[in-house]
Amino acid sequence: MRYFIALAIVLALLWLGLSGVYKPLILILGAASVALVVWITERMEVLGAEHDPGTLSWRLPVYWTWLVWEIILANLMVARAVISPGRIKPTLIRIPATTRTRVGLVTYGNSITLTPGTVTTGLSDGSGEIQAHALLEEAAEGLRSGDMLKRVQWLEGPER
Amino acid sequence: MSPILLATILAIFTTMALALWRALKGPTVYDTIVAVNAFGTKTVLLIALITFFSGNYDLIDVALVYALINFIGVIAVLKLVDRQDLAAAGDTADD
Amino acid sequence: MIEGLIDVLSAGLLLTGAGFALLGGIGLVRFPDLYTRLHAGGITDTIAPLLIVAGLILQSGISLLTIKLLLILLFLLFTTPTASHATVRAAISAGIKPQGADDATKERASSNT
Repeated sequence: MRYFIALAIVLALLWLGLSGVYKPLILILGAASVALVVWITERMEVLGAEHDPGTLSWRLPVYWTWLVWEIILANLMVARAVISPGRIKPTLIRIPATTRTRVGLVTYGNSITLTPGTVTTGLSDGSGEIQAHALLEEAAEGLRSGDMLKRVQWLEGPER
Repeated sequence: MSPILLATILAIFTTMALALWRALKGPTVYDTIVAVNAFGTKTVLLIALITFFSGNYDLIDVALVYALINFIGVIAVLKLVDRQDLAAAGDTADD
Repeated sequence: MIEGLIDVLSAGLLLTGAGFALLGGIGLVRFPDLYTRLHAGGITDTIAPLLIVAGLILQSGISLLTIKLLLILLFLLFTTPTASHATVRAAISAGIKPQGADDATKERASSNT
């Protein structure tokens, strides 16, 4: 139940942020659309433990800031490779991905893909490994060092 | 400010042309999808830039909707290519 | 004075973003195979929106427009990795092998550019 309340609050805030028109009729239509989306979500049975609002913490903005910085650095590397394509050295690597939760695993996989120069090509629940494609030697080295994995594990927080 | 916006818009246009060239050339259907995905992202940015260039700030909603439609479109095309069936049920390769 | 500074900063962000977008486009044309092109597409999908949206936010000031621009950035950053990953998985299940699996293909990758 609290998932649905959290979803309704998020949707209502989103609607208020997007609308900009706050007349009674429009507000009622907005509330109706929020109710409709919550009802459809309930019917689709897509809401689960992954959407627990309790998993959000102060660590998330810190992680995002670090990730944006990583993205900028990785972009400079890939941009250099575009200018001199002789530098590229595509490799497929397997790296350990030991996260506590499934959300952590998906966060890790998505972060790898979001960073240019590396793309997650395979990940599966329970294998504890991620297969990734790296464009450059440096990018592959960066993944093998496991720095990002440590950050994701920190993001997940201590055992509860 | 307008000349800067215009220059940015022209650069985005050039990028879109390059992506379109890759989409037409292929060689595989997945190259086309990658190119079309990049093309879609550039369209969103283009609309956002045109919003500021024209001063018609309602256009930003179009960019917002396009960002979502682009994603759903790419996923739908991938499913169509992969399964040959948009309505295929079960564990899809793209969820 | 402050306004002039913001204008200059915003222009810098916009033009840098446009430059990165162009580089990504060039990479999309220039790189040898599907998987390397995906990385080039990654440039146009991450840093170009980041810089361009940041530049536009500096111009818009604080308003509903800022929220919408941030939402666009958020949607783009959340959806593009999913789309890339779905593409890669579909390509692998279709049997397209990435270059660099062995040394011979790697040589070909760097020589035909």
